[in-house]
Amino acid sequence: MFEQGIYELLGEGIVETLYMTIVSTAFAYIFGLPLGVLLCVTDKDGIFPIPIINKVLGFIINLLRSVPFLILLVFILPFTRMIVGTTIGSTATIVPLVVASTPFVARMVESSLKEVDSGVIEAAQSMGSSVFKIIYKVLIPEAKPSLLMGAAIAITTILGYSAMAGFVGGGGLGAIAVNYGYYRYQQDVMTVTVLLLVIVVQIFQEVGTRIARLSDRRAK
Amino acid sequence: MIRLRHLTKTFETSQGNLEVLKGISLDINEGEIFGIIGLSGAGKSTLIRCINFLEKPTDGEIIFDGMNMGDLSRKELLKVRQSMGMIFQSFNLLAQRTALKNILYPLEIANVPKEEAMDRARELLELVGLSDKANAYPSQLSGGQQQRVAIARALATNPKVLLCDEVTSALDPNTTSSILQLLQNINHTFGVTIVMITHEMKVIEQICTQVAVIDGGNIIETGNVKDVFLRPQSEIAKQLILPKGSEIHNMTGKRCLRLIFDGNSAFEPIISNMALECRAVVNILYANTKCIDNKAFGEMLLQLPDDDISIERILAYLDNREIYYKEEELHV
Ligand SMILES: Nc1ncnc2c1ncn2[C@@H]1O[C@H](COP(=O)(O)OP(=O)(O)OP(=O)(O)O)[C@@H](O)[C@H]1O
Ligand SMILES: [Mg+2]
Repeated sequence: MFEQGIYELLGEGIVETLYMTIVSTAFAYIFGLPLGVLLCVTDKDGIFPIPIINKVLGFIINLLRSVPFLILLVFILPFTRMIVGTTIGSTATIVPLVVASTPFVARMVESSLKEVDSGVIEAAQSMGSSVFKIIYKVLIPEAKPSLLMGAAIAITTILGYSAMAGFVGGGGLGAIAVNYGYYRYQQDVMTVTVLLLVIVVQIFQEVGTRIARLSDRRAK
Repeated sequence: MIRLRHLTKTFETSQGNLEVLKGISLDINEGEIFGIIGLSGAGKSTLIRCINFLEKPTDGEIIFDGMNMGDLSRKELLKVRQSMGMIFQSFNLLAQRTALKNILYPLEIANVPKEEAMDRARELLELVGLSDKANAYPSQLSGGQQQRVAIARALATNPKVLLCDEVTSALDPNTTSSILQLLQNINHTFGVTIVMITHEMKVIEQICTQVAVIDGGNIIETGNVKDVFLRPQSEIAKQLILPKGSEIHNMTGKRCLRLIFDGNSAFEPIISNMALECRAVVNILYANTKCIDNKAFGEMLLQLPDDDISIERILAYLDNREIYYKEEELHV
């Protein structure tokens, strides 16, 4: 159906998209998980209230979240060059992806942790648990299904961002869609690319939701 | 074991300061089951949460086992909490852990070696009668079973005191009884002091030795259960202790029934069943009945209540049970 080389191109696109999405999600969680925990515990009703830290952190996160992704990407180009040495290609896209999704992940983690029943936390406190032990023995395990659900949302959101980066020199399926669909008017390639993106998102979402549901020990 | 001295607690809320505890002094001795009873909002939960410093008192002292809780460092406080178990109205088990692993939790916190902890947890499951539920998750257990797991968990680190906040309020009467029974056994066998917060006087009646009545942030009456219950001094105590509607009925009815048991009806607690089913009180003026071969023989003279609807229900009940009766003149 397509001229030769398109299939390889699409295959490469998928691999690049997965690479950007997965690596970015991993980094977003490496930074976002601790930040989310910090947001949750330092809250005025949290287990270790530090209002100053909570407010400042919350403010920075809101600030970052209010900048649209494409603008953020362009805005931090110098930072990206400093870190990976270039501003084009998949690896370069990972930097803005991580910067944009870390605050998002932090908020998701925060809201998952806040769902944990305060009575259960109180019970843990009554047994002499330190703040640190409550975090890793109560908050995170109890919120696990919700955290996994959040991760499924995060990964699909990051995948969406990665496709947007195609407009400004990013790689992956997004770049293909932009190059063939937008600049060369090849509607067919465009359509296939969109289909592939939809399929990948569906798979992530479905798998994530299943794992989350299976891990939940509360009443079905 | 626990001494509270002039304990006060004020919450700062957006609507101003709220003084919830207004100077509470109490002595709870070793081995007692000490009940604290009060109406909703009296400050019971706040009081019990102050005892293990989940809530930091605004003023006053809490002396536990000779230690002033207010003087402890954070680390010492965490350690002391391991010798004070706590159980709650809503059980508060870790939903993602099995019953056994819930009991292991406090042992993990206390750094008990794995194998020893495992033995201890199994032993406790057996104590609360749930050995077969070791691998069940809380969502697979009934309320009573969850509370048993919570009790086992609270006992894991061999606490000297068990703090109970409305632990039977979410349970039906039978389960309540069996949980109270279990707590009483634990008190007897291990000598654990129990502080029991409740708004139900039957809880106090069933297991407590001492009771304090709390109202509006003050202790208004305290003493051993028998004294306080026999001679409640304060209005609130009377209100809590003498349940509504239990005042003596003055029978003013003018109608009277003679029931005749001629062996056609089974021998059953006919009057109590009738009282329950018809929600009506009758006065037994005379009775002479026998049970022969599980059948009732004899006569009974009942004074009926002074309201026609109740009488109708009673007559319908008797008809239904095929008990022969005839109405008589009342000569008293
Ligand atoms: N953290 C808090 N901040 C502000 N007010 C509080 C707080 N905790 C409790 N209160 C208030 O203190 C009062 C007493 O509450 P507490 O929970 O001790 O009552 P209680 O006797 O346990 O009632 P219940 O039987 O309903 O559980 C209530 O008016 C409540 O609104
Ligand atoms: Mg309460």
